[in-house]
Amino acid sequence: MTTTHAYDALVIGGGGGGLRAAIELSERCRTAVISKLYPTRSHTGAAQGGVCAALGNVEEDSPEWHAFDTVKGGDYLVDQPAALLMTEEAVEAIYQLERWGLPFNRTSDGRIDQRRFGGHTRNHGEAPVRRACYAADRTGHMILQTLYQQCVKRDVRFFNEFYCLDLLRDDAGITVGIVAFELATGELHVFRAKAVVFATGGYGRMFRVTSNAHALTGDGPSVVWRRGIPLEDMEMFQFHPTGLARLGVLLSEAARGEGGIVLNSEGERFMERYAPTIKDLAPRDMVSRAIYQEIKEGRGGGPAGDQVYLDISHLDPKVIEEKLPDITEFARIYLKVEPMEEPVPIQPTAHYAMGGIPTDTDGRVVVGADEDVVPGLYAVGECACVSVHGANRLGTNSLLDLVVFGRRAGDDAARYVREADLATPSERPEQPTLELLDGILGRTTGDNAGEIRKELQDNMFELAFVVRSDESLTKMQQIIASLRDRYERVAITDKGARYNTDLMETVELGYLLDCADALVAGALVRTESRGAHFREDHPLRDDANWLKHTLAYREPDGSIRIEYKAVKMGPYVPMERKY
Amino acid sequence: MVTAAEVLDSSDQERPTTDTIPLTVRVRRFNPEVSEDSWWDEWTVRCDPLERLVEVLHQIKWHHDGTLSFRRSCAHGICGSDAMLINGRNQLACKVLAQDVSPRVTIEPIRGLSVLKDLIVDMEPFMDGYRSILPYLISDSGEPEKERRQSPEDRHRYDDTTKCILCAACTTSCPVFWGDDGYVGPAAIVNAHRFIFDSRDEAGRERMKILSEKTGVFRCRTTFNCTDACPRGIEVTKAIQEVKRAILFERF
Ligand SMILES: Cc1cc2nc3c(=O)[nH]c(=O)nc-3n(C[C@H](O)[C@H](O)[C@H](O)COP(=O)(O)OP(=O)(O)OC[C@H]3O[C@@H](n4cnc5c(N)ncnc54)[C@H](O)[C@@H]3O)c2cc1C
Ligand code: SF4
Ligand code: FES
Repeated sequence: MTTTHAYDALVIGGGGGGLRAAIELSERCRTAVISKLYPTRSHTGAAQGGVCAALGNVEEDSPEWHAFDTVKGGDYLVDQPAALLMTEEAVEAIYQLERWGLPFNRTSDGRIDQRRFGGHTRNHGEAPVRRACYAADRTGHMILQTLYQQCVKRDVRFFNEFYCLDLLRDDAGITVGIVAFELATGELHVFRAKAVVFATGGYGRMFRVTSNAHALTGDGPSVVWRRGIPLEDMEMFQFHPTGLARLGVLLSEAARGEGGIVLNSEGERFMERYAPTIKDLAPRDMVSRAIYQEIKEGRGGGPAGDQVYLDISHLDPKVIEEKLPDITEFARIYLKVEPMEEPVPIQPTAHYAMGGIPTDTDGRVVVGADEDVVPGLYAVGECACVSVHGANRLGTNSLLDLVVFGRRAGDDAARYVREADLATPSERPEQPTLELLDGILGRTTGDNAGEIRKELQDNMFELAFVVRSDESLTKMQQIIASLRDRYERVAITDKGARYNTDLMETVELGYLLDCADALVAGALVRTESRGAHFREDHPLRDDANWLKHTLAYREPDGSIRIEYKAVKMGPYVPMERKY
Repeated sequence: MVTAAEVLDSSDQERPTTDTIPLTVRVRRFNPEVSEDSWWDEWTVRCDPLERLVEVLHQIKWHHDGTLSFRRSCAHGICGSDAMLINGRNQLACKVLAQDVSPRVTIEPIRGLSVLKDLIVDMEPFMDGYRSILPYLISDSGEPEKERRQSPEDRHRYDDTTKCILCAACTTSCPVFWGDDGYVGPAAIVNAHRFIFDSRDEAGRERMKILSEKTGVFRCRTTFNCTDACPRGIEVTKAIQEVKRAILFERF
């Protein structure tokens, strides 16, 4: 049984990016949000530290300084016009959130308070600047709640616990809708629409140690990839330096913004050696590599010598209680460590996908070196690559990306649907999805998805993490190929129609394998080190050859073809990244 | 950590393991496709003492019984997906560690909402309660050019109730809610409180009118179950009392 629906616009995903687009769209056309989670369960709610804009509420600041930091932080792989646009629109975007009720922390004169965050500086690198607006260490939670509240107010139509499993395009490549699986019933639904906005979030679950939720499996990027859309800069994946040891649960950079420091097993504040000016507030890729180096040189602690420490015990307990309550609790609950008294064991954790579905600054999906627009197809948030984060995202720039480009994509899509006609999908558009699901459900014996997932995660963590090489990546590529073979034979035990999470987790594993494949392919060809992508066999940045975006295409035979696209330059000339 | 090249050499070696502990997990199962009645299943697994219960459930699902169904996402207590009745108390499975319940733990779905499959319940009545209290900022007094001002004290006034993640642990621990006569439940009141005591909001009266109806705050019998259950440490009962008082004295 397949039900068919028709809307003007669909938003796939109910996180910050999707909800912001939905608010824009729902006022202007018939809109539905399809989300595999209840929207308030989205991982935007996990974001802690802040969302930045040059409001200049506590000290002088300017959008242009913010743009400079974004470009430099991204190791010049950022499209500079996009960064300038985002930082310019940031200010109004924050005020908009406040008007919608977001409970920001306040200054004594009642304005939005701001704090320091890694890589954000005054006047092109002079000193750290207070640019991050925040609500305790629950900023993402408050953004998600506030945007959801605005959707409730507008009576936005939600299809919760519906998984988008396919994108429908007609012969001319125009977007005509999607196919979704209803978790409660196991039914397929065809959603016809003129515009589709993907906002499915990241794919950190391909790594063993990650700050990402179980649901972050790269569904959007994989679904469109299987329909001929390339993925951009997938090798650029951020490893956040301060994950709780072993677990990867994030301890926000806000801890360092408030004065926390990172120590090695000898109690040394080693960032003083690596980034003399801004020390512990250096960008994430640099801190993660410094940690790696310390561990490699034998200054790591813990049972396996593979962790260092985040120390906030010298901070005023009031500051900890008021500004960092949640992350303090994480350390207490999960590691049984009291951060007010002792340093917290940490290790780098897979955190954020800079790469993703290529878009322009209106959220429109674009393919190829010439950026041909795919009519009616949009992407925003972590699943998209505008690219404002380049090779390394600055903290607090992602939540900003969601609200700025969520609005822009919604706005453009609302205009697009006014002109476009609702096209008719082919006969039985759900057929490929049906075959995918029946394939998995039909096998009674076969490989175990849990084991394939574990092998993927363990190996990605060992071979494609903070430090990579030709050798490690080649090995990873072979491993993925064999995991893919096994995935073709995967069998599950739940054959029912109702809440078959066994089936959906297995489909998600297929998405993870796709994203890992594209990530490793990009990392293998990029024979340089830039931002989060560090190759020990090519340790330097190579602007002459690699100041360009990678585009990975999936060929019909399953192989991957890499193309390149120029980085859009602007006022900032690439220079060595020193802090 | 070692270099990528060294990893290649040593990838066959065992990673150091911590001592594991045994844990017997008893789960109340339900699946109308299988049987009209619920039943109990039990598994004994070995796990790291610091393993989160939600990961123990994963271990069971991925390696023993793929049909075991539950909701989860973030795995660290911020998405509100996995409220369950764990050893008789509503808790998030991702905030309970194996060592705290070993050697034996009993897990059931939260109560008062109909069970759809295993630990998955119908959240819609709960969300209806939430939506009924106008959970969004309402202000007609023109939009300022920049931000509205709010003093740190005024901001602090409603801080506690902004923490809610809509997990339903409070509402489904409330005996009045189980009574099933339309009581909106603690979570809805918590979210009303968040706006009633926000100095920027202007619709406190409307919300209080909704909450003074027979499905509203006065159904609360102050049993404190909700406060005990809240994984975010929100003083739920206190928030309810404050809303009651605001209605009685029209002061907020
Ligand atoms: C722990 C943590 C802390 C962070 N802190 C900060 C911070 O302080 N500042 C900052 O700027 N950034 C921060 N980030 C990054 C930022 O939070 C995320 O990048 C951002 O929230 C992603 O938002 P999103 O809307 O793109 O995706 P998400 O919020 O992840 O939402 C994805 C949505 O897509 C839906 N979905 C996925 N697949 C499907 C499918 N197949 N069908 C239907 N629906 C689907 C899900 O249901 C969900 O609703 C942090 C990230 C983490 C993990
Ligand atoms: S008040 Fe606490 S227990 Fe109740 S729904 Fe909110 S977070 Fe959950
Ligand atoms: S899984 Fe998110 S709260 Fe437990």
